[in-house]
Amino acid sequence: MHGTHRIVKKSRLSEEVFRIEVEAPLIARERKAGQFVIVQYDDEYSERIPLTIADADPERGTVTLIFQTVGATTHRLALKNPGDEIIILGPLGNPTHIEKHGWAVCVGGGIGLAPLHPIAKALKEAGNRVTVISGARTRDLLIMQEELSAIADEHIVVTDDGSFGRKALVTEPLKELCQRVPPPDIVVAIGPPIMMKFCAETTRPFGVHTLVSLNTIMIDGTGMCGGCRVAVDGKVKFVCVDGPEFDGHKVDWEGMMSRLSAYKDQEKEAHERCHLELQLEALRESAQ
Amino acid sequence: MSHREEGIMDTAELELARLRSAGTLTPKMRLQIPPQEMPCQDEHVRRGNMQEVALGYSPAQAMLEAERCLQCKNAPCIAGCPVRIDIPAFIQKVKEGDFLGAAKIIKQTNLLPSICGRVCPQEKQCQLPCTVGKALGSVEKAVQIGRLERFVADYERAQGAVDVPHVAPSTGHRVAVVGAGPAGLTCAVDVRREGHQVTIFEAFHKPGGVMVYGIPEFRLPKALVAAEARVLESMGVEFELNFLVGRTRPLLSLIKEDGYDAVFIGTGAGLPKFMDIPGENLVGVFSANEYLTRANLMKAYERGKAGTPIYPSRRVAVLGGGNVAMDAARMALRLGAEEVRVLYRRTREEMPARAEEVVHAMEEGIIFDFLKSPTRVLGDDRGRVAALEVLSYELGEPDESGRRRPIPIRGSEVVIPFDTVIVAIGNESNPLISRTTPELQVDRHGHIIVDEKQKTSLDRVYAGGDIVLGAATVILAMGEGRRAAAAINEILQ
Repeated sequence: MHGTHRIVKKSRLSEEVFRIEVEAPLIARERKAGQFVIVQYDDEYSERIPLTIADADPERGTVTLIFQTVGATTHRLALKNPGDEIIILGPLGNPTHIEKHGWAVCVGGGIGLAPLHPIAKALKEAGNRVTVISGARTRDLLIMQEELSAIADEHIVVTDDGSFGRKALVTEPLKELCQRVPPPDIVVAIGPPIMMKFCAETTRPFGVHTLVSLNTIMIDGTGMCGGCRVAVDGKVKFVCVDGPEFDGHKVDWEGMMSRLSAYKDQEKEAHERCHLELQLEALRESAQ
Repeated sequence: MSHREEGIMDTAELELARLRSAGTLTPKMRLQIPPQEMPCQDEHVRRGNMQEVALGYSPAQAMLEAERCLQCKNAPCIAGCPVRIDIPAFIQKVKEGDFLGAAKIIKQTNLLPSICGRVCPQEKQCQLPCTVGKALGSVEKAVQIGRLERFVADYERAQGAVDVPHVAPSTGHRVAVVGAGPAGLTCAVDVRREGHQVTIFEAFHKPGGVMVYGIPEFRLPKALVAAEARVLESMGVEFELNFLVGRTRPLLSLIKEDGYDAVFIGTGAGLPKFMDIPGENLVGVFSANEYLTRANLMKAYERGKAGTPIYPSRRVAVLGGGNVAMDAARMALRLGAEEVRVLYRRTREEMPARAEEVVHAMEEGIIFDFLKSPTRVLGDDRGRVAALEVLSYELGEPDESGRRRPIPIRGSEVVIPFDTVIVAIGNESNPLISRTTPELQVDRHGHIIVDEKQKTSLDRVYAGGDIVLGAATVILAMGEGRRAAAAINEILQ
């Protein structure tokens, strides 16, 4: 039985952020901006988690994934090295609808800068004027900066702690851009749910169409389990087959965030246990 | 093994010896043999473990049960079997003690007897028209064909004598099968037998479809499904796991660019249906698909090992009355719930679940609230399930399905505390193939339209199982896979 994919390259972008390049020629060929993959570190006990595709190289037949070690699964994934096999399934979800809107503002927060990059790139290639707002908690978590600067007609950088760029949340410059005349034709916001929610709240009074990319809990990712459901405009939508992108002004953010926290206690416990196991392993190795 | 089981087996051996010493049995004597009970794990023990509930017949029990068969010339049981197993012939072999011979007969038409023997609704199929049941006035007293089928398949495997079906010399033709569930596996076997090369594309990381993600370990051990997949591999069938046709590769590219001569689509169940009542997006409301996939395929029950978490439940409501509802309820119990209630709008009579599963669930302490259905899910201040508001019903006149229609009793709402709600009221069709293959014709429910040979609107593309039927059973999916295989073999001649 076949179905695993080899990691060909790995780098650490910051303390918590890793970038891996995975051999997956078919996914590299089919994938479009906005799509994601389901990832497992093994086929026995690994959880299935959705990760957005940061980049792909159809010629080399590889896709690039960027992830932050926020829980046990991403932690174990970070331990994989070039030559190791992992499982990825995809490309999943609907591609971003790319067209010439005019002026597009792309807002990325933290790890969300990775999936934002291909969308910003595609919007630029479609003839849009592109403004990028990059935001992160601190300088160390600002990723993809060179790539985004290369695309952006205008690149605004903010950090929560002021360690780089402006000391502000992404919503501050977003509001200023919306106040310009004419305002942006479209805003794409990708980042933590709370950031996307406030971006949507910021653009709402200006009536600027705002796309967000949701990263809900998923299992199969193919339209079978229904775990990723979210209310959009009062109707139940499934992120894996109806999304991952939705109109940010219509998403039930409270419901979505509460569903994301369903397993918070177990996730915390698993993460701590994972840390302990890794420390034990390291101790055993050093003892040998 | 408990004393009760030993008791059944001793009785069977003594009874068999007594009958055999009496010479040739008359039909009247055969009708006097009571149906052999299935030995099971004790209900108090099994509700705390994941091991299989039913333990299977002993050889003596199987031979005694086989003696009950009248070997009817018209064999009504065969007509009741979706894959037309020669039931009287295999039972005759069991009677003679030639269990491997019995297995050979079953396998002429059914490659997966250990699975069918466990999950088929026999009381609605082969056992329904059984003459013995009719003569004794109850389908429950029919010859226990399913249990015999299971015994024979398990015996063959235990002997290490599982024979790999003969594969004809290579024809050079290639067939793609989309989905490694019951329909796809059956289709793959039948096509491979003719010497065509077969590749099965499966989105999950293990083959088996609903048999691995949906049906729990305690009803269908996963080792059995894995063993069946290995038989396919030894026949030369190739598996491409973690491959989503429609996304990883467009369906039609398989034919146009990748050199496949035919495609079979067996992608199975789609998005779960919900009740469409307020509060269904609260934390603690799950589709049965999600709940069971976490527990089965992702092994969430192996706490500390499995990466996939399962919701900590104490009071669980399961909505629905089918096999999936029974599986979810019994799984919740095994995962540590203190109280599990099944809420069903009609009564036990109308429940679509396999009779044995309902009995097992009741024995294990699942509580059934018949003629009840929720009107809303109530949450706490953290957005988690706290209770269900439940309405009572009474039965009125029969509806289009022939079942008596449930009519709500106005003002009968009561609020019952729960922390978990599992919705098991069926599925919509899976939208993935139809959305990514707009040329393919589907009906208004999204089910793929096929002709009597399972052919779709597209040339060389066939479909079967739940993606055609809506939520059906393992055996019906197998029947469709088989019919599609015959049609594919025909065009590849």
